Amino acid sequence: MAAPTTPAEIGGIGHSVQRKEDARLIEGQGNFLDDIDLPGTLHMAILRSPLAHARINGIDSGAATALEGVVAVVTGDLMDQHGLAWMPTLSGDTQAVLATDKVRYQGQEVAAVIAVDPYIATDALELIEVDYEDLPPITTPQQSLEEGAALIRDEKEGQDDNLVYTWETGDPVATEQAFARADRVVTLETHYPRSHPAPLETCGILADVNSVTGQATIYMTSQAPHAHRTLFAMVAGLPEQNIRIVSPDIGGGFGNKVPIYPGYVVATAASLLIGRPVKWVESRTENLISTGFARDYYMKGELAVTDEGRILGLRVNMLSDQGAFYSDAQPSQFKAGLFHVVTGSYDFGAAHIDCKGAFTNKAPGGVAYRCSFRITEASYLIERLVQNAAYEVGIDPAEMRLRNFIQPEQFPYETATGFVYDSGDYPTALRTALEEVGYDDLRKEQAEARAEGRLIGIGIAHFTEAVGAGPSRTYDIAGLKMIDSAELRVHPTGKAILKLGVKTQGQGHETTFAQIVAEELGIPATDVKVEHGDTDHTPYGLGTYASRSTPVGGAATAVVSRKLADKAKKIAAHLLEAADEDIELDSGVLSVVGSPDRSVTIQDVALAAYTNLPEGMEYGLEDVTYYDPPNLTYPYGSYIVVVEVDPDTGVWEVQRMVALDDCGVRINPMIVEGQICGGLTEGFAMSAMQWITFDDDGNCIGANFMDYLVPTAWETPRFELLATEVPSPHHPIGAKGVGESATVGSPAAFVNAVIDAVAHLGVRNIDMPVLPDRVWAAIDAAG
Amino acid sequence: MEVTITINGSDHAGDVEPRTLLVDHIRRTVGLTGTHIGCDTTSCGACTVLMDGKPVKSCTVLAAQADGSAVTTVEGLKTAEGLHPIQSAFTDDHGLQCGFCTPGMMLVGASLIAENPDPSDDEVRWAISGNLCRCTGYINIVKAIRTAAARAAESSGGS
Ligand code: FES
Ligand code: FES
Repeated sequence: MAAPTTPAEIGGIGHSVQRKEDARLIEGQGNFLDDIDLPGTLHMAILRSPLAHARINGIDSGAATALEGVVAVVTGDLMDQHGLAWMPTLSGDTQAVLATDKVRYQGQEVAAVIAVDPYIATDALELIEVDYEDLPPITTPQQSLEEGAALIRDEKEGQDDNLVYTWETGDPVATEQAFARADRVVTLETHYPRSHPAPLETCGILADVNSVTGQATIYMTSQAPHAHRTLFAMVAGLPEQNIRIVSPDIGGGFGNKVPIYPGYVVATAASLLIGRPVKWVESRTENLISTGFARDYYMKGELAVTDEGRILGLRVNMLSDQGAFYSDAQPSQFKAGLFHVVTGSYDFGAAHIDCKGAFTNKAPGGVAYRCSFRITEASYLIERLVQNAAYEVGIDPAEMRLRNFIQPEQFPYETATGFVYDSGDYPTALRTALEEVGYDDLRKEQAEARAEGRLIGIGIAHFTEAVGAGPSRTYDIAGLKMIDSAELRVHPTGKAILKLGVKTQGQGHETTFAQIVAEELGIPATDVKVEHGDTDHTPYGLGTYASRSTPVGGAATAVVSRKLADKAKKIAAHLLEAADEDIELDSGVLSVVGSPDRSVTIQDVALAAYTNLPEGMEYGLEDVTYYDPPNLTYPYGSYIVVVEVDPDTGVWEVQRMVALDDCGVRINPMIVEGQICGGLTEGFAMSAMQWITFDDDGNCIGANFMDYLVPTAWETPRFELLATEVPSPHHPIGAKGVGESATVGSPAAFVNAVIDAVAHLGVRNIDMPVLPDRVWAAIDAAG
Repeated sequence: MEVTITINGSDHAGDVEPRTLLVDHIRRTVGLTGTHIGCDTTSCGACTVLMDGKPVKSCTVLAAQADGSAVTTVEGLKTAEGLHPIQSAFTDDHGLQCGFCTPGMMLVGASLIAENPDPSDDEVRWAISGNLCRCTGYINIVKAIRTAAARAAESSGGS
């Protein structure tokens, strides 16, 4: 790692500066959504469908309305009178806000009660009578696309089947040719199961619409407050200048807090109609059954390989389970997100991917759960395939990767699906991780253990991500280009305020973004206050998800700091009576090149910016930048997991987990490592236990933390972290983003390790979550 | 019904509905919002407070059951002498990210080190296994609790 260039007191890039946000959080003074209380606030509870598919013949809300303390009961019919029974989704579909005709999944919003107290609102839900007429539920995408399957979206014009979309990329002809040249084709069919980000704080809103002034102040657990303001303006027809979205402290997001959910629309409409603030905070069950699911792709991958272990081509067929509405949160032009990163870290010329999405009677959502839009699924598939290919060819899985890696000198490298990877040194990364874990010795231990009837497995994943969406020529969400912004003001005393379009949910922006300013201008990070999340007080941006804060918002921060540095140099030249071009800035000292004793500090310059300027210069030291990235960034890593599997029970335990990440320049190594440990845990969770599944009637199994298992400290493995640092060549500070790498890369490493333990028995696949009974069944079937 | 609960050293007397959960009483009636709610099945521990020194999940205790007891919430960790060692250790060891689980984690940690001045890694992990964190992967939480234990031992040894 490069050493920091600023002293510790300044705390620029590379310092593990302590987090500014901690002070309030460790004293219980955080300000989360449910902590906000406005005078006269009413509370909303939502009645949800118990059935997965049913016609609504009538709703009787009389008894609920009559309950003391209930202010209003809102149904789909009432919303319809205001043109708000349906809302547009981020993927160009429409979604029911409150059901009017049918319910299409268990947990769908049917009615809402607004009451003076949350307990009363919940009591009233039980008094609402809904007359449902059962319809057959469709619980798999395969059933959904069968001839004659019941039509889920019968209200949707032009929709006469359950197909949501078809999408393909790559070159089918070149891919055919590659397969024709191959010595063998290795096939893997696997399901990336439905999962849920489940941040510890659920989603919520406090809508305060003033019916006299028309001012709507909306407190909301939002990863993208500016985009949400624009979407609120479009959906509700409110003038955008009268909408203020405030996203307060957020208790984790991981993609769950990107979409707009029906509850937000109902609460806002209710506040407008009633003229009082309305608060709605999801219960955990509501969170898990109705908002923001992720993944759910059935994938078939085929790899064309030679007997020497060279990869020639890749073919993928996928079917995704979209639930009842197509509401994926992802760039408009990408039906299956950035799945085409599926060619991974390997150099081969041909790939073809085709994908279908199907409606089912399940919750919609399709969020990128700690992932830059389906990159997790893609990375998983290629890393599983490469390992299986190594077994078929008869070479070591590490060697298989080394033979196929894109080499450092090949960058910039255009993949078979059109990404231009900017930089990397994959062989060094993998070799470093192999050495750390003691790979050769482990293989010997594995062989010895096998001889004793013990099952040890070593799993590798070498992933490449594509993050930081993105260049405006390609990336937009609902038409809004995926740029981001930073506004920097330096006050006369040399203290600064930085305002961002991105929004932290725990990533530490208040600290790391101040460090970028510290690096560029030499103002100590402690003197830079970072503001974010309030649309009235920050410049426009698309928000924080897809690891885009540092690649886009961080770049904007560096660029705006450099604009100020240029002005600061001119002011310093004036103060020092030197030529502009003779001034250099280093750690907050502006001096004349060659005579370091002729110098002023950035604080002197800040004061001069308001008191003593060169002729003709405008007062002040502030600016704003909107950054349009020239390319995505491509973080990568080599992860190695060692497990032992109990052959009698199928229980597996992680013995070692070595994770090497290259996220380019690390702004705050402590925070980066924290992100990686959290991400590895979520990757472990998906491979081992997290699972939103359904029975044949469409009942969600996994509707609370008793059934949807997330790892505690007891199950979570210990991690050994390593780093290399190949800076991104196009990012102003060489950073690539890191928040999602570990979630993207690690599931394949964990699953590959379990497969590796039983591969000699002929096992090539166990679907996630790799539950002990599935492992046992695989061993049993192979044996 | 009338209840009196001592919260962070001050008495809070008042009339509560019998069904009121302790967490709602603390958050909504008393107005201390550092205690959080993360689930509805007693699974997450975001609502952990100390009741007569023992960690409890305040979403699963009625305010009425807490009548007459002494409750400590995150707001009560800091004393006139300054931050509790567990609070400074969480910052120093980067034991929090979003901070939503943090109050519960710190209270469990504080009660553990009050009983066991030198907990092992496994002992800490077991003690916090009723508290979920979605951000950190626990590693720095465990480290922070052990740091706090070491610092507390040092300062009591020195006094
Ligand atoms: S809110 Fe009490 S355990 Fe989750
Ligand atoms: S720090 Fe976010 S849940 Fe623990």
